[in-house]
Amino acid sequence: MTASMDERPVVLDIKGLSKNFGGRLTASGYEGGLWAVRDFDLTVCEGELVGLIGPNGAGKTTVFNMINALIPVTSGQITFYGKNLVGLPPHAITQAGIGRTFQNIRLFPRLTVLDNVRIAYHPHAGYGLFHAMVQNGLFEQRERELTEKAQELLALFNLLDRQDEIASNLPYGEQRRVEIARALAAQPKLLLLDEPAAGMNPREVHGLMDLIHFIRDKFKLTIVLIEHQMRVVMGICEWITVMDFGQVIARGTADEVSNNPRVIEAYLGKAGRRV
Amino acid sequence: MPPPLFLKREEESVRKMQNALNRFIPFLRRGWYAVLAGLLILLWLVGRFRENPVLFAQFMVDGIRLGFVYALIALGYTMVYGIVRLINFAHGDVFMVGAFTAYYATTRYHWGFVPAMLLAMVVCAFLAVVIERVAYKPLRDAPRIAALITAIGVSFFLEYFTALDFVFTPNFINYTPLPIKFKTWDVAGVTFSNIMFIVIAVSTMLLVILWYLVYRTKLGKAMRAVAWDKPTARLMGIDVDLVITFTFAIGAALAGVGGMLYVIVYPQIRTFLGVMPGLKAFIAAVFGGIGSIPGAFIGSLLIGMIETLSQGYLSSTLRDAIVFSILIIVLLFRPTGLFGEAAKEKA
Amino acid sequence: MTKSRLRFLGQSWLFWLAVCMVFLVVQWVMMPRMTEFRRTAWIVFPCIMAIICLGLNLIYGFNGQFSLGQWGFYAIGAYTAALITYHWAERISYPVQGIILRVPPLLQKLIPMAEITLFHFDAGKSLVLFIALLAGAVLAAVVSLGFGYIVLLRLGSDYFGIATLGFTVIVQVLIINSDQVIPETKGARGMVGIPQMTSFFWAFLFLILTIVIIRNIIYSSVGRAIISVREDEVAAQAMGIDVLKYKTVSFVIGSFLAGLAGGLYAHLYAFLSPGYFSFVRSFDPLIIIVFGGLGNMTGTLIATFLWAISLEGMRIWLPQGFEAWRFVVYPIALLLIMLLRQEGLMGRVELGFLRAPKWPVPKTLLREMKPQAAPVGAGNPQPAEDK
Repeated sequence: MTASMDERPVVLDIKGLSKNFGGRLTASGYEGGLWAVRDFDLTVCEGELVGLIGPNGAGKTTVFNMINALIPVTSGQITFYGKNLVGLPPHAITQAGIGRTFQNIRLFPRLTVLDNVRIAYHPHAGYGLFHAMVQNGLFEQRERELTEKAQELLALFNLLDRQDEIASNLPYGEQRRVEIARALAAQPKLLLLDEPAAGMNPREVHGLMDLIHFIRDKFKLTIVLIEHQMRVVMGICEWITVMDFGQVIARGTADEVSNNPRVIEAYLGKAGRRV
Repeated sequence: MPPPLFLKREEESVRKMQNALNRFIPFLRRGWYAVLAGLLILLWLVGRFRENPVLFAQFMVDGIRLGFVYALIALGYTMVYGIVRLINFAHGDVFMVGAFTAYYATTRYHWGFVPAMLLAMVVCAFLAVVIERVAYKPLRDAPRIAALITAIGVSFFLEYFTALDFVFTPNFINYTPLPIKFKTWDVAGVTFSNIMFIVIAVSTMLLVILWYLVYRTKLGKAMRAVAWDKPTARLMGIDVDLVITFTFAIGAALAGVGGMLYVIVYPQIRTFLGVMPGLKAFIAAVFGGIGSIPGAFIGSLLIGMIETLSQGYLSSTLRDAIVFSILIIVLLFRPTGLFGEAAKEKA
Repeated sequence: MTKSRLRFLGQSWLFWLAVCMVFLVVQWVMMPRMTEFRRTAWIVFPCIMAIICLGLNLIYGFNGQFSLGQWGFYAIGAYTAALITYHWAERISYPVQGIILRVPPLLQKLIPMAEITLFHFDAGKSLVLFIALLAGAVLAAVVSLGFGYIVLLRLGSDYFGIATLGFTVIVQVLIINSDQVIPETKGARGMVGIPQMTSFFWAFLFLILTIVIIRNIIYSSVGRAIISVREDEVAAQAMGIDVLKYKTVSFVIGSFLAGLAGGLYAHLYAFLSPGYFSFVRSFDPLIIIVFGGLGNMTGTLIATFLWAISLEGMRIWLPQGFEAWRFVVYPIALLLIMLLRQEGLMGRVELGFLRAPKWPVPKTLLREMKPQAAPVGAGNPQPAEDK
């Protein structure tokens, strides 16, 4: 690791993260079952754009789900700005500052685009059930602030004219952008993007890469990105971690990784050659 | 500088609650807690047994008899739920129609036991197919609640329509004469009746046939495939609609037999007869893990026994409350019932 | 958007005007028979039903938790309130002499009364009724908090429905056996001697409050959190929403309203029969909200009144000897509605006051939109390519 990295504070630190599906717990650990992730380590410093790549089924999304506590961690530790995340419920993790998007877009399908984004502001709404019931001045002021923030965010994503559309009626690419906008509305410090380029054509992918750079600089984010197309990640990520069969097989800069024989093997088999 | 992790003011109390919650969940999951409760219940049962073994055995025998009748109804619930995810509230009323069919066949037309039973099966199967085609099939792609409301509507319709004067009348009817001569034997103080043996024999036979049908024939394989994944089953060339219709028909035929046996055991017939046994059988299906055929069978036996035991030892008027409390407690420990599989969660 | 658009009382003066008009018209229509509670029941009962249905709609329609337990909370509210007024209403009676208006002879054709008594009520009894209703609702809410928290923690979807159905059955059985502990309920024979106090005024007052509160919750951040749980639980969690908390919140609010409705019901007919609280009746609110459209408040209101008034109407208008056909016609109508309009009467359309507040795009943003926008691409609308 380079010296410049050490100066920046560590945002996310994962050590020995493992996930076992279907195994049996014995005195000496888990037996049998499938190790979707095993001894996964990752350190992400502030402001970095880190790629997590690997073939299908390598366990990338499982790592994300464990960071988010959507599935319980079998063993290992995850710390976020020095604070332990393992054992916290998912909403607390999001409120602590980790936002994410999903591989297969998970918008709230029957709500408008504006409401989709406003939901993510909920933990920061600043009023409770009572204020909501009587809709007093505080409610009105906070609701206006919140909506304006959401609208600014939508404007940034060129979606403002779509704010009253039902989310599921939007074209695929716009749904992706709504999802990223929604994740940003949760005011994360760290953003986890799960295959944001899935289902996009090369031109759209190009636009997406610009977008990711843009939001990182604009919101001062740290971003971890999952992708299984090498090409996407190579262009934008500073650091890349390659996974296969639940384990890290390589890490480094784009060039280092793409020349790593184990990575080539993972992607193309033993007889593989450089694409 | 690390940023504030929780933006809420009540950070401390929130964290405390979360910690309490996190400790509570594994506590529920851990087995010994349930094992302890089970042991206590077992101890209590043993105590009752030693107090009066004859009475205890009598309750068990009655419970098993009731359980077998419930099993015949519960299988219909569980199969239909397994295949179309619908709680078929009209099933209890199909059961009632079976009871009436058998009653009229044996008393008014003097049919024998077996022909009347076959008739009840055919009538119920036919009724269920009609219900399925008219009421449920058009709603297959609708939200699930629409089909559920329709099922409740069908249930009301069967109850109130048959209660009209020119159908079955709203009155209680005494089932006399019974198609079988009532005989009892006294074995060491415990009363066995021939009706009980008939109930158990008929039910067991039908259950074996059902088991063969579901696990050993092509139709059964198709049923299981449809239950697992409808679109894929359709791609594999299975006529999904036909399989669903068959499932309804088989479930209803079993309920028809169940209805006949139920009114022979409790010979009072009314058009609202199906409501309570239907609910109990449904509970039994849930108890065993709805969607699972062996689960429905074992759940029914358990519910039958819990019912007679709580009626006998605790309170006859609180019986239903006890059954439901046990159901809720079991669900809290095993959210999908005793033999239910964890819900398929699509990531 | 004008400032007052969002306010509670200033929210829309049109709404409050309409409320007053409806109240006065109904009150005026019923004026000659105000004292006969049975004859006003046709309009009072739907108001009560609407309260429980709006509560259930919050739980099932907006939050997506399939609850059949509302009927049990309804029963709890009914018996609690009834027991309080049974003991206290007569003891704390304080009649207030109203203002007597003489009706001019000309108007007597319109109002068939010689004099109208305004503001004539019993302050003591009303206070007791109010406290009783509140107590019933609060007890229902407390029970639902305990039951709901434990059950919601572990069970979802259908299993939650079954557990709540079980709750309804348990409550009914307990009521049947309650005379062993509280003799006044008279157990299975049904409770009599409850003062008949639910006038149209009370039912209407609480219905309006319910509508306003539910509407205000739905169009707030809390409401959006509740709805997000229905839409996608996992995504809601990932957006920082405490799913369990909002499931419990909506369940408790819904049960509070069910308890309130129960209290009103108890004082409508002055008779409570445990048979009425059987699980079969617990499908009624469910049928109504599905018929009106899940997650639609306007639909729930319209459906409740249609449902209650047409059932009552059938009782009156069906020819002699055909009363039994009422419940034959009803399920057939239900089937037809379900087959023809699966999304419910109103679908997604809300009317008037119940519509979502609009948030027009601020002009400042519109102007700045283009230059500030993020890099184009990433699925920017490209003509005919995306679709």
